[in-house]
Amino acid sequence: MNEPDFPIKLESGAPMVRFAKVRKSYGELTVLDDLDFDVQKNEIVSIIGPSGSGKTTVLRMLMTLEQIDHGVIYVDGEPLTHMGKNGKLVRANNRYVRSMRSKIGMVFQHFNLFPHMTALQNCMEAPVQVLGMSKQEASDRSEELLQMVGLEDKIHQHPARLSGGQQQRVAIARALAMRPEILLFDEVTSALDPEVIGEVLGVIRQLAAEHNLTMIMVTHQMGFAREISDRVCFFYDGKIEEQGSPTKLFDNPENERTRQFLSAVLDAG
Amino acid sequence: MQSYLEYLDQHGSRFLDGTLITIQQTIIAGLLAIAISLVVGLMKLSSHKVIRWPAIGYIEFFRGTSLLVQLYWIFFVLPLFGITFEKFTAGFIAVGLNLGAYGAELVRGSIQSVPRGQYEAALALNMSPYKRMKRIIFPQALLIMLPPWGNLLIELLKGTALVSLIAVADLMFEAKQINGSTFLSAESFGTALIIYYLMARLVISPAMRAFEKYWAKKMGRFANHA
Repeated sequence: MNEPDFPIKLESGAPMVRFAKVRKSYGELTVLDDLDFDVQKNEIVSIIGPSGSGKTTVLRMLMTLEQIDHGVIYVDGEPLTHMGKNGKLVRANNRYVRSMRSKIGMVFQHFNLFPHMTALQNCMEAPVQVLGMSKQEASDRSEELLQMVGLEDKIHQHPARLSGGQQQRVAIARALAMRPEILLFDEVTSALDPEVIGEVLGVIRQLAAEHNLTMIMVTHQMGFAREISDRVCFFYDGKIEEQGSPTKLFDNPENERTRQFLSAVLDAG
Repeated sequence: MQSYLEYLDQHGSRFLDGTLITIQQTIIAGLLAIAISLVVGLMKLSSHKVIRWPAIGYIEFFRGTSLLVQLYWIFFVLPLFGITFEKFTAGFIAVGLNLGAYGAELVRGSIQSVPRGQYEAALALNMSPYKRMKRIIFPQALLIMLPPWGNLLIELLKGTALVSLIAVADLMFEAKQINGSTFLSAESFGTALIIYYLMARLVISPAMRAFEKYWAKKMGRFANHA
């Protein structure tokens, strides 16, 4: 792919994440429509919107789980899946993409824990296998992380023996074990029973308070988005329809679609 | 009954020799089939046509044509092209290549049935394609493919009887020889039948079940009952 209109590198002071005219379609269906979207370092951004609006696709593209049809994503000023060649941006090789991907971690709706490993092994796996950390060090750090998410008594359990809320907390610890600079949360409470949603949100709240992580969340938890976000983006039809501080977006939405969406979800829940 | 014991006394050692050859054929062809299954099964999952297509061709050819014809090709036709195998070798190669094609589909199918989220989680943790397969996907796929592998290995054992047709002195070959000299067909082929059955039922099935159980336990599958 040739992207002559995009810089090979952003100038210093660039945002942590920049989507520049990113387009993604599946066949006829356009999921992201020339999306421009910036996230600053250590910013906490919530993405809300109706299903099919492209919210999750934003996260999946940033995690390199989906390919970009057109446009460029920059992370920390560098293109995520492109590299400069003879002054032009071309699709990057795997090695480059892996080096970029190491800055990003993701927590999934369905946890996706490795069922054949204990909670501790889930957290140790990538530090040992990818970062080459010693088992001792990885184990110590993973134990610390599992303690942080309140699961110190579950470290030797397999996922099958954990509740959904506990599994999701392990998944958060597992993502943190790779020390990402950007952490993506993809509807992380949507598959949970109502009574355990709180424990997962509690962990995210704690991470947010420490504020040394850029966080992008796709969520249906409006109250939570309002509480912890620096900025909320309302997605509609593959574009950001409206964005702003939580107070502005939730209390004084300017856009008619935002108003309709908010009144629908707030009535329902 | 008396006469059958006498029959066994007289021909038992030949049945034993044949059985040992059948066991050798089964083990070597089995290892070959497993190796081929892994390579061809993974090749079929490749996103590169150049890698995928030979795998598809291989599977189509060896599943779509008769094992006996393949055996004859390897033993009688390949020498015309300057490739000559000893009959024992031709035997396990034919059986291994044939069953490997079925095994390749088992490997492919079980890898594809591991939930996609596992692959995505491993990718998000920046694991290399090789580590994703080795550490995350394959261990789970193995759990899924082991029960059908048990069936396939029994098929393979029974398939080795065809090597008697190129005069490999296996169990079936000995049974035919004894039948030819004694004309005691019921005893000769009955004994062969029973020995094949016992090998399948008392060796392969329990061994595969034990391995399944071991692997399931290693995978934490029974963690709930631990």
